[in-house]
Amino acid sequence: MSEKLLVIGESRDGSLRNVTFEAIATAKKINADGEIIGLICGNENLQEQAQEMVYHGADRVITVKHDNLKTYTSEGYGQAVMAVISEESPTGVIMGHTAVGKDLTPKIASKLETGLISDATDIEMKDGKAIFTRPIYSGKAFEKKMITSGITFATIRPNNISALERDESRSGDITSKDMDISDIRTVIKEVIRKASEGVDLSEAKVIVAGGRGVKSEDGFKPLQELADVLGGAVGASRGACDAEYCDYSLQIGQTGKVVTPDLYIAVGISGAIQHLAGMSNSKVIVAINKDAEANIFNIADYGIVGDLFEVVPLLIEEIKKIK
Amino acid sequence: MNIYVLLKKTFDTEEKITVTNGQIEEDGAEFIINPYDEYAVEEAIKQRDEHGGEVTVVTVGDGDSEKQLRTALAMGADKAVLINTEDDLEEGDQFTTAKILEAYFDEKDVDLILAGNVAIDEASGQVGPRLAERLGIPFVTTITSLKIDGETVNIDKDVEGDVEKVETSLPLLVTCQQGLNDPRYPSLPGIMKAKKKPLEELEIDDLDLDEDELETKTKTIDIYLPPEKEAGRVLEGELDDQVKELVSLLKTEAKVL
Repeated sequence: MSEKLLVIGESRDGSLRNVTFEAIATAKKINADGEIIGLICGNENLQEQAQEMVYHGADRVITVKHDNLKTYTSEGYGQAVMAVISEESPTGVIMGHTAVGKDLTPKIASKLETGLISDATDIEMKDGKAIFTRPIYSGKAFEKKMITSGITFATIRPNNISALERDESRSGDITSKDMDISDIRTVIKEVIRKASEGVDLSEAKVIVAGGRGVKSEDGFKPLQELADVLGGAVGASRGACDAEYCDYSLQIGQTGKVVTPDLYIAVGISGAIQHLAGMSNSKVIVAINKDAEANIFNIADYGIVGDLFEVVPLLIEEIKKIK
Repeated sequence: MNIYVLLKKTFDTEEKITVTNGQIEEDGAEFIINPYDEYAVEEAIKQRDEHGGEVTVVTVGDGDSEKQLRTALAMGADKAVLINTEDDLEEGDQFTTAKILEAYFDEKDVDLILAGNVAIDEASGQVGPRLAERLGIPFVTTITSLKIDGETVNIDKDVEGDVEKVETSLPLLVTCQQGLNDPRYPSLPGIMKAKKKPLEELEIDDLDLDEDELETKTKTIDIYLPPEKEAGRVLEGELDDQVKELVSLLKTEAKVL
């Protein structure tokens, strides 16, 4: 079967997010012999980003440069993506399940009157059809889902499908496409950076999360230090957010972010069912808590019963020794 | 202002999930208003109180959704609409829900539609943006602040923790994120009043839609629970030694360091 799959790339601060490469790997899985077309929209560094997509498996890349694409808006990007889809008629479209992916893809799917499988964590091929696995009920259950008519259209959760090795010997055409991007009704006036200075929670391989046990805003400092040593991100339980120890943007759980890092260190978190829903599918879970009866120990791979303010500094020192 | 809220009933967040014959077991489960939709209801009420007009809460679902619609009315919404698909649709997906809503909103005079940014059950987050696209109005997802001044709307949008200051205009669809407001609890007088507020029930036949237009575009093949996670090892001994052992286990056994 000759397929033509479009991967919508996503950049942050001028370089591609890793989930873009994971999306290319997903497209390759859907049809290894098919052509993978990358798409980059923006107004800077497009050539470099396109080249990176090629190194990670794209066969050719289309770039759309326009001042109205400097910051993502659904209307601006929607116009660019729809124009490329109309011209290329891909059999599938894959993108990361990120803030941008979640915003843009339902708009495109609605315009095309197609199905869209969002937040896929795995993919398998059966009789030439892509079958996606996705968590439902915040990871308390999973479903396998397929598209029954129209193009194969999915967003993939960061950090679950492995990207291909970067290969500088790969080559592919990079073409820039001129188009008019206008009639934008939603304008971004300002972007206030709060979270992206550190490692992004949704793509982090390691997460150190704090609960009510951290006791104060200052109590998060050792957790941040531990996360820094591990190259990870800091998260929180709803309890810590409700107590105003940290911003809601860090919340992990049923009404927060659902994460699947390689290592999740739960510090001073008791393990309410709503919190477990957001993190229980992490590959390895470590719990540090004073209360030996805390529910978190029931799902942790490793646990230390103790005062976090003693344990975390020791842990930082010990990890520094091996890093 | 004509303000609409898209509302969905979901499992209570405390519910344990069980699967029978590849289906989520719903018997005996407690249902609530999807938590993100509660922010939408609250914001709709606040905007109406500030700017005038009325709030209509709309659900596509089964007859049991009436309970959650009554709760929204008790919070302060003015009217509710239940588009009951129970007898007409064997299965639905985000495409069909958006299509039904499109037919419902067709020729309605809409200023503002609010929805939750995601439902905590199927977690697709698609219906709001899909509907806005069908209606040809702008949409902004994951909002944490909404200020309306005439036709101009200023919004704070949460983008993975960063804040985007967005300016747009009515008519508009927004999806609501945690931090937007603190949803009120229905008061006793509110609950009494809600019983008398209008709750209209519609079926597919009442909308200008053919059933063959509502064929799903996706299909769920299987639903299953993740493998039960066994409790791991709680380390013992002096704290120093426990920490050393933990780091060693993470490096050699779990291979995550």
